[in-house]
Amino acid sequence: MTMMDYGFMKNALLAVLLITPMFAILGTMVVHKRMAYFSDALGHSALTGIAVGVLFGFRDATVSMVIFGIVFALVLNQIKFRNLLSADTVISVFASFSMAVGLAVLSKGGSFSNYSAMLVGDILSITVPEIIGLLVILVFTVIFWIFAVNSLNAISVSPVLARSRHMKVNLMENVFAVLIAVIVMLSIKWVGILLISALLILPAAASRNIAENMREYHIYALIFSVFSGVVGLISSYFANVATGPMIAVVASVIFFGTYFKGKQ
Amino acid sequence: MRKIKKPCGFHSIKVNHLSVSFKDQEVLSDVNLHIHCGTLTAVIGRNGAGKSTFIRAILGEVPCEGEITFKNTENGAMRELRIGYVPQSINIEKSTPMDVYDLICSFVYKTPVFIKSRKVEGEILSALKEFEADELIHKSIGTLSGGELQRVLLSMAVMAEPDLLLLDEPVSGIDKNGMDLFFKKMKYLKENHDMAVVLISHDLDYVAEYADKVILMDKSVLAEGSPREVYEGEEFKKVFGNTSYGFEPIRNTDTEKEAPFDASYKGGAL
Repeated sequence: MTMMDYGFMKNALLAVLLITPMFAILGTMVVHKRMAYFSDALGHSALTGIAVGVLFGFRDATVSMVIFGIVFALVLNQIKFRNLLSADTVISVFASFSMAVGLAVLSKGGSFSNYSAMLVGDILSITVPEIIGLLVILVFTVIFWIFAVNSLNAISVSPVLARSRHMKVNLMENVFAVLIAVIVMLSIKWVGILLISALLILPAAASRNIAENMREYHIYALIFSVFSGVVGLISSYFANVATGPMIAVVASVIFFGTYFKGKQ
Repeated sequence: MRKIKKPCGFHSIKVNHLSVSFKDQEVLSDVNLHIHCGTLTAVIGRNGAGKSTFIRAILGEVPCEGEITFKNTENGAMRELRIGYVPQSINIEKSTPMDVYDLICSFVYKTPVFIKSRKVEGEILSALKEFEADELIHKSIGTLSGGELQRVLLSMAVMAEPDLLLLDEPVSGIDKNGMDLFFKKMKYLKENHDMAVVLISHDLDYVAEYADKVILMDKSVLAEGSPREVYEGEEFKKVFGNTSYGFEPIRNTDTEKEAPFDASYKGGAL
């Protein structure tokens, strides 16, 4: 019996082929805008999202996670716009606080082990309707990207200059943050809280090591991301380890490879 | 390519009673100005005089009182003022995978930056050519020198055919040749593109030569007028000390020619 005779492996492969390009595209701008911290914090805040769901008796934790993620992203952006504190400090404070609350709630009565699967995720458990859901999100992301990439890039260079050209800077920043929040929350079940940021950041960071312009940046990020996803999935099957960590390991190896080979 | 438009003299930008305060500290108070198309206005003053704040207020970046209106006095029609802005610097890491094409494409065009368009490339190239920067189109932004980046940003600012070109100390750290080129270009722009140019500058001798109007600023407008009117006024001496500028033909003796005018102000208030 070969690997692909297992239905769950087929589904997992399809899921990987949908998730990785999505993360590669968004990751380019996350790295560009120095939001690595932000995506990390978002991942961790997923726990709080679940905790909120438990407290309010939501049947599906995904809903409370998405809502919490959106609120979290918008609050962080507001603080960033007002320039009250440096962004990384704000994000750390909020992430620590929300994760602590989440952990406290979920660990009540020693029940945290019920949720520990969320930490590393399980892509092998994905179902066909969920795959179709991912396809819809991917299509949406690509369409959004075609319209938004220029202004997001312009804003990352200089918000003042972007505003002088009548770009809606705060609106774009908010839409982008919300999109990342939604996608992170929707895919965290399969990718895992601890690894979601790695998947978002690593392919783009590796691409940045060797890309000279935005076109190359996108192309390399896509290739690295899909390649790490597929190789990670297959190797996790043979090594009998969790898939998420294997994908992150492959992506990291690519990062170091490009770092030493890249433009000096 | 852009059409050449002679300045019509009918467009004007009026700044009325503009004041800016941060908390209780007044940074600018009651600034009144009238800027015509086809003129170059230089804003001078010591550091911290509120020059950059003034530019940022026009851009709408800082909350301010008073009003800024843009009028086409020919037929009275009002439309949105198009501003071309060249910042002092941009915040970009050396390793950022972005070349000049990417930069201009993302600010000016709708075509996604990851899809290369020959049409966009051609247009960017001809805009860059006007500032002798066309060879930079595929150079990474992070590796450009100060002067190169400035030419790229200028090309980009001019591409949108702005009514008002705002330049915040655009020529800091540029050699004499670069300065000459820059000011000649400004002269060409205001004369041929129906554009009002407002520029913050510390180079008083270039300002004297090229500006149509000088505004001496310190929290408010201390003096305004032609370079000579301002430079020979009392307020100018208070800010910059006794700097003699040889405006022809009143004073152009040999002794004054020998004394370089930049020596006296560079160590002083600037």
